[in-house]
Amino acid sequence: MTNIKVLKGGFFTTIQDIGRWGYQNIGMPVAGVMDNFSYRVANYLVGNSEREAVLEVTFLGPKLKFLEDMVIAITGAGMNPKVNDTEISMWKSFKVSKGDVLSLGAATTGIRSYIAFGGKIDVEPVNSSKSTYAKSGIGGFKGRRLLDNDGLNIKVFNNRSPDRYLDKKYIPEYSKKNIIRVILGPQDDYFTEEGLNSFFNPKGYKITNQSDRMGYRLEGEIIEHKEKADIISDGTVFGSIQVPANKQPIILMADRQTTGGYTKIATVISSDLPKLAQMSSGDEIIFKKVSVKESHKIYREFEHKLSIIKDEISKTQKIRYHKIGPLRKMKITINGINYIVDVQEVK
Amino acid sequence: MYDKVKYLPAGDKALIIEFGNEISIEINAKIRNVVKFINEAKIEGIEEIVPTYRSIQLLYNPLKISYSKLIEKVDILYNKPIENKEDNIRIFKIPTLYGNEYGPDINYVAEHNHLTLEEVIKIHTRTDYLVYMLGFTPGFTYLGGMSERIATPRLSSPRTKIPAGSVGIAGSQTGMYPSETPGGWQLIGRTPLRLYAPNREPPVFLNAGDYVRFVSITEEEYKDIQKQVEEDNYKVKVITPERGEHDD
Repeated sequence: MTNIKVLKGGFFTTIQDIGRWGYQNIGMPVAGVMDNFSYRVANYLVGNSEREAVLEVTFLGPKLKFLEDMVIAITGAGMNPKVNDTEISMWKSFKVSKGDVLSLGAATTGIRSYIAFGGKIDVEPVNSSKSTYAKSGIGGFKGRRLLDNDGLNIKVFNNRSPDRYLDKKYIPEYSKKNIIRVILGPQDDYFTEEGLNSFFNPKGYKITNQSDRMGYRLEGEIIEHKEKADIISDGTVFGSIQVPANKQPIILMADRQTTGGYTKIATVISSDLPKLAQMSSGDEIIFKKVSVKESHKIYREFEHKLSIIKDEISKTQKIRYHKIGPLRKMKITINGINYIVDVQEVK
Repeated sequence: MYDKVKYLPAGDKALIIEFGNEISIEINAKIRNVVKFINEAKIEGIEEIVPTYRSIQLLYNPLKISYSKLIEKVDILYNKPIENKEDNIRIFKIPTLYGNEYGPDINYVAEHNHLTLEEVIKIHTRTDYLVYMLGFTPGFTYLGGMSERIATPRLSSPRTKIPAGSVGIAGSQTGMYPSETPGGWQLIGRTPLRLYAPNREPPVFLNAGDYVRFVSITEEEYKDIQKQVEEDNYKVKVITPERGEHDD
């Protein structure tokens, strides 16, 4: 069954969720969304669980025709979304009707947009995740990006949460130059003092066009190793910064392989990954060192902000109903305390 | 192995427990033990355990456990004495058809090492290979212990497509391709086993610390096993000290 026809797949549109966790010990890459913030907010907006799968759209958006009414929301990069020919707001949920065509253009701010649908994207999870790992053809829609004329199916369970929105003060502004905070290590001791200073130089690093969901190759001041650039292969995380023998850093992203054999000078803190995920070639990064303790404080604040956002979004929803019965008074007891409440049947 | 284990941060959600700076059976055994202890301890906040050649990467939730508390708890487990490792050794038998179109490079491997084809097979099947870790691609095992007598450099130009189950040699390493990928290994044979099946739980039957023993089979046996695998009727054969050979 299909209730969304993909008229155009866009540049690189894939189904992603929180990622394929729990299988790195067998060499399975995690994949999952690049921008965890926009992803979670998109799901809050349509009333989904925050771990539900969405479409991650890169650079140039898709064109989708709806064959059933549903509620959707678009967050992340600005791609001038339109329904039919009317521009629509981002960071807001709205209802689309059967026959409507949603189109996203080229990214003007940021590079990745997220489209959430009220309900579940109907694809079989692989190892408990719907994320697409395109390199090995695993998960998502047939293990690959969406192409023209594909058909998607959404198990629509929620068409009652349109008009939710994210307060303006929380909407991220995407910049072409960012300070990205890192924790040194695990192999910072493989670098000379000078090499470490280079890494934190105030001119920073430029993202090259050899950058994708797997990793960002950067270009800038060279980073000197003491001796070797290679280590015995060990584990990697989202945000690991490798420095191979060419002395230029590579930041590993969502589609990273589980192990790697290059020295890792530092690791991007998780709270700065959403910002990084919206940067692209030509953009500039200046690294800033924080301690593990500081990073945990930042992480707590990040999660706290998201929980406030979730709460506020749910309160923006207008409740629509028709009163159909007479008003009655009822006595109810909660935790041993009696209350008199007005009750009315609604539809 | 280091005299004192190193605890290193890998960002705000991962702790690296580094045991040493070499590839050794001793470190692998210690890692396997500590992984077991961590699993059994069920420490609140630990989300994933990834063993590698010489370290364990622990993913944790900083909202549930602090970095220092995590190290404190892990350090107690690290210092627990190693359990008798002979007890939990598992040797997985990998039926392999050598040569012909299944192992198109076996003649080259033989020539390169001044051996006959039969000698290559004999040497390759004689060793039990330790699975040091899995990585690179889902289900890919890094095996240790291959004889230098059959060591052969990689192909000068990699193949664009290697069938799943291919068994190969690269330098002094041997390994198996769990899924169809490009690659530059010298292919000497192929196993009909499904090394990686995304919808099987677990998707990969081998774990770091297990041993692999290649067993030479005939084409007829290959086809027979292949059929059983396709029908989901094949049970991988395992040898353990306690039970001898049995189905996995």
